[in-house]
Order: sequence, then C-alpha cells, then structure tokens
Amino acid sequence: MSFAGKSLVKKLAATPWWRDFGSIAVLALVIFAVLPLCLDLFRLNLVGKYLTYAFVAVGLVLCWGYGGILSLGQGVFFGLGGYCMAMFLKLEASDPESTKIQSTPGIPDFMDWNQLTALPAFWEPFKSFTFALLAVPLVPAALALVIGLAMFKRRVGGVYFAIMTQTFAAILSILIIGQQGYTGGVNGITDLKTLHGWDIRTDAAKYLLYYINAVLLLGTVALGRWVLNTKFGKLLLALRDKEERVRFSGYDVANFKIFVFCLAAMFSAVGGAMFTLQVGFMSPSFVGIVPSIEMVIFTAVGGRLSLVGAVYGSLLVNYGKSYFSETFPELWLFFMGGLFIAVVMVFPNGLAGLAGQFRAWRAKRSGASGTAPEPVSATPDRSAVPAFGAEGGQS
Amino acid sequence: MSSNAMVLAVEDLSVSFDGFKAVDGLNLYVEQNELRVVIGPNGAGKTTLLDLICGRTRASAGSIKFKDQELTRLPEHQRVRLGIGRKFQTPSIYEGLSVFENLEISYPRGRTVFGSLFFRRDAAVIERVREVAGLVGLGDRIADAAELLSHGQKQWLEIGMLLMQDPELLMLDEPVAGMSVSEREQTARLLTRISANRSVIVIEHDMEFVKRIAHRVTVLHQGKVIAEGSMAHVQADPKVIEVYLGH
Repeated sequence: MSFAGKSLVKKLAATPWWRDFGSIAVLALVIFAVLPLCLDLFRLNLVGKYLTYAFVAVGLVLCWGYGGILSLGQGVFFGLGGYCMAMFLKLEASDPESTKIQSTPGIPDFMDWNQLTALPAFWEPFKSFTFALLAVPLVPAALALVIGLAMFKRRVGGVYFAIMTQTFAAILSILIIGQQGYTGGVNGITDLKTLHGWDIRTDAAKYLLYYINAVLLLGTVALGRWVLNTKFGKLLLALRDKEERVRFSGYDVANFKIFVFCLAAMFSAVGGAMFTLQVGFMSPSFVGIVPSIEMVIFTAVGGRLSLVGAVYGSLLVNYGKSYFSETFPELWLFFMGGLFIAVVMVFPNGLAGLAGQFRAWRAKRSGASGTAPEPVSATPDRSAVPAFGAEGGQS
Repeated sequence: MSSNAMVLAVEDLSVSFDGFKAVDGLNLYVEQNELRVVIGPNGAGKTTLLDLICGRTRASAGSIKFKDQELTRLPEHQRVRLGIGRKFQTPSIYEGLSVFENLEISYPRGRTVFGSLFFRRDAAVIERVREVAGLVGLGDRIADAAELLSHGQKQWLEIGMLLMQDPELLMLDEPVAGMSVSEREQTARLLTRISANRSVIVIEHDMEFVKRIAHRVTVLHQGKVIAEGSMAHVQADPKVIEVYLGH
C-alpha cells in the first residue's frame, strides 16, 4: 500500500458532517417554504401537529432503527412533555379573575368540578415558566432513565422490553384517566389560552408556533445526525447487530442503551410540548398503547434508518389519516393495516430505503443479463489473500 | 516459575448447568508470553472455560486470578479493560461497518457514553488501525465493508479487533475452523507473532495446527484436566489416547 492507501485513510479520517446536508436542506425548504406557501392556516396548523409526532419518529430512528431497541411506549414521553407544558398554560388560564364563578377560584376548572379546594403540591412549581420548560425534557428523561436502569442493567431486551414499554403506556394512561381531579381525566387539560399573556389561539401565534416547531424539529434532526456520526452512532449499530462483541470489547452496553432511550424520550417530550402549544390541549389519548404504536408506524413507513425519512413518514401517514378519515372514514383502519403490512413485506427500510432497493434491483437485473455484473453480496474469493507482512510494514 | 510470571491462575473452578458439571474443579495456569492450546472431545468444557474467564458465564465455585486479581465477581467489560480479549467461535464482526470502523470501535479509548460521543479520530487512532490491519493481512481492505470479506478474513478481522486493545491475555475459540490450507498457514504465523508479547489461549481441533503453534497443550475431558504438557507428551499419554486421540 502506498500513496493510494494513504489518501484512502485520509478520506476515512474526515468525518463527512455534510453527508446528509442535502436531504436536511430539502426538508428545511419543504417545512419552511413549500408547506406554508401551499396551505391555508387550518391545514398548516394540522401539518404543524403532524410535525410534532415527527419528533417521536426521529427519536425512534436512533433508538429502534440504529440501537435496535423497539419501544412501543413513546407516547408516554410525548404525553409527559405535553402535560408539563399544559400544566403551566392551564395555571395561567385559571387566574382568580376568570375562575371567579368556581367554588374555589384560582384553581383549574376540572379540579373544582372534582371537589378539590386547593392546588395539589405537584402543580405548584408549574406556575413558573422556567420550571415548566425544564420539566418538559427532564421529567420524561428521568422516567426513561429509571426504566432503562431497571431493564437494560438486567439485560431485558427485544420483545420483552417492547412489552414492558406497552405496559408503561397502559399504566400512565389509566393513571391519568383515573386521577381526574389531578389530571383532568379522560378529557385532558383543555381551554389553554395564553403564554405569559400572549394569546396562542390567534392566527399570528399559530404561524409563529409552526415556525418555532419547525426550527426545533430541524435542530433535533441535526442533533440526531451528529450523534450518528460520532463513535457513539457506530456503537449503536454495532450493538444492534453484535451486542456480545461490543460487551467483550470493553463497553458497558447497558449505559449506551439507557442513553439513547433517554435521548429518544427527550425528543418525544419536545414534540409533546409543541403539540400542546399548537393544538391547545393535551389528553391521555396521546399517551396510551394505540398512539405509541402509531408512532412506530410513522417511523417504519418513513424508514427507520433515516432521520429525514421519519419526518416524511409522520407527515404522509397523518396526511393519509386525515384524508381517508374525512373521505372514507370506514376505510382508514384497513388502509393503515395494509400500509404496515406493505412496509414489512415490500419495503422494510421504508420510503427512504426505496432508492437503495431500486439500485440493488437494477444492479441485479443488469447482472443477470450479463452486461455489467456488480458485486452485491459477499464474494469469498475476491482476490488472492495477501501475505502477512512485517508489523505495519505493508502500509 | 514464579507467581509474577503467571498471567492467569484458575483454581478449583466449577460451573454446573442444571446439575450437569460442565467444568469440574479445574486448575489451569498460563504464563507470560505463553501460547497454550486447549483440546478435548466435544462437550469437554473448552468453550465454557473461556466463557468463565471472560465473564460470559458465572462460576459456581473456584477462583480465576488474572495478574493476581480475582475476576469471578467482575462484570465482563471490566475484565476486558484489565486486558483480557476473547474471540468467539464464529466470526463476530460488525457487518454493516467498514474494516476501519470495526477496528476503530475496538480502540481502547472513548469507552463511556460521553467518551464515545466526543471521541476524535486522531492520527494515533488512524496509525494504530493501519498497523493492526497490516498485521492481520487486511491492510488493503481498510475501506471495504466488513461483510465483503471472506470467511477467513473475517476471522482475522476479529483477531485484529482484539489486538487493537493490546490485551495481555488473548483467548481464541477455534480460530482456523472453516479456513483453507493457506489461510491456516497464515493464521499460524500470525498467532506465533502475536504471542511474542502476550499470553494466548487457543481452543482447536486441528491437530496439525496445534502441533504447529502450541507451546503447551492442556487436554480437557468432562470438565477436568486429564493431561498437560508438550504436544508429544500429551499424545503419548494413555488416558488422552483413550478419550480423544484414539478414535
């Protein structure tokens, strides 16, 4: 090996941070320009809502696509993030002046309906916007940390872990519905009005919140890209495929799983908080088992190995959901089921994987016709085996 | 032999699976820079012994000392960090990554979560990867995807991944299984070279290969050591002939 080899190593050494720059730029163009220009405010607000699910999908790309940890309970973190934001907004909407007809003015309306006479202690800190902002990512991350420590340190993984996450989703939604006086119950926390006096229901606020959401989402995608480019990202792939090998290379595998699970939880929570702000309420219907599984489907359709693809997946599936449920409401569930079967059977890497699949198919076809055979799989006898040289002397 | 020169001391080691004693009161001592080959019929407990040393299986009783430090209670990754490397029977490499990345992941720096997030691929890393790739005969395959390597090359890559950590004790489970004659020859030379400054334990069935590389041979049968010494010595042992070499 001589100069050719040296430049090869140099090429390897430079981390291609711009590798996905093109696709992220296109996504930015779509979200910042194309969608706002093409859609009226009502539709744009819907898209904004769909994009909050994309935070969950991006987290699932890291956690499930790369790390191999399938969580069927991401709704828990989405919901917790959303509730943290909703609690702050609800307290602001429940000032003594506008709640003076209640038997206890100054507490949220649903508490009054449930005969509560004072604000519960865990609601108190949510009077502070700073606290609420910190709680949005940190409360879900803390829960993910506890779950991660309990599961991954004991080497619970795969299907068992997925079932446990389902359990958590069920527990949290039942808890919220059951504790009506503290949580608003099945209706959730509704009638949110202002943020520091700024009315979030106006058209201008909806536009602004859409753009804040878009900036945060692109930031999340960029952060995900950065993580995947680091050695941590390579380790995620490595431990998905050969966990034992990673462990016996000196890594405490559980810590890596816990970290990526917490990161995905925080991403989901930011999405949940932005959902609350844009849609104006939060309810247990975004916490339970069904929404959690839907979020996995968004990721699978977009491509579980593509951060950008996960965003498109969330947009498309939700657009399809709205379109079908408006036009043929009874067909929607069949369509959703068919889509999931199609992803599993026909395009396992989702929309983002279609290009690669097409290339492989074309290469196979041209190879079969004998024009330009391309190596697509392992070829055991590629070349004569090089002899072992002196230590490092070959290079 | 003084105890200082002893890298690994396994004493009265036992493990049982549902009452079946896979390893039964086993003693094994490996010296510095020694290349030890462990042989024995199927089910003799060879792989279980390596599993016990690297921590994949927990011992029921006995002690495993590595450089005078007790290992039996340490988690796997800490044993690796002390200097024990383990190669699995089937090539265990990361197919989706390049040869370079496979070796880089095994570089003993940035082993914590945040260490790996802020790991920088500096000149020292690149130099070390190239050196090891050259050593295991993959110097010109550095940029290729690991899945494109032949079976033998995958075995070498995994050995290379272990060498990245520069372990003091290297354990290889049937490293030449499924290799061609010329690949076996090269692997023998590689093992001889890398055992010059570390201890190596090899499990192997191919007697020609064992003869070629072994300093000393340990014969296991039903979880116990039944003979130990030079290849000529154990081959002449009537017990060994009866249980293993005879048929």
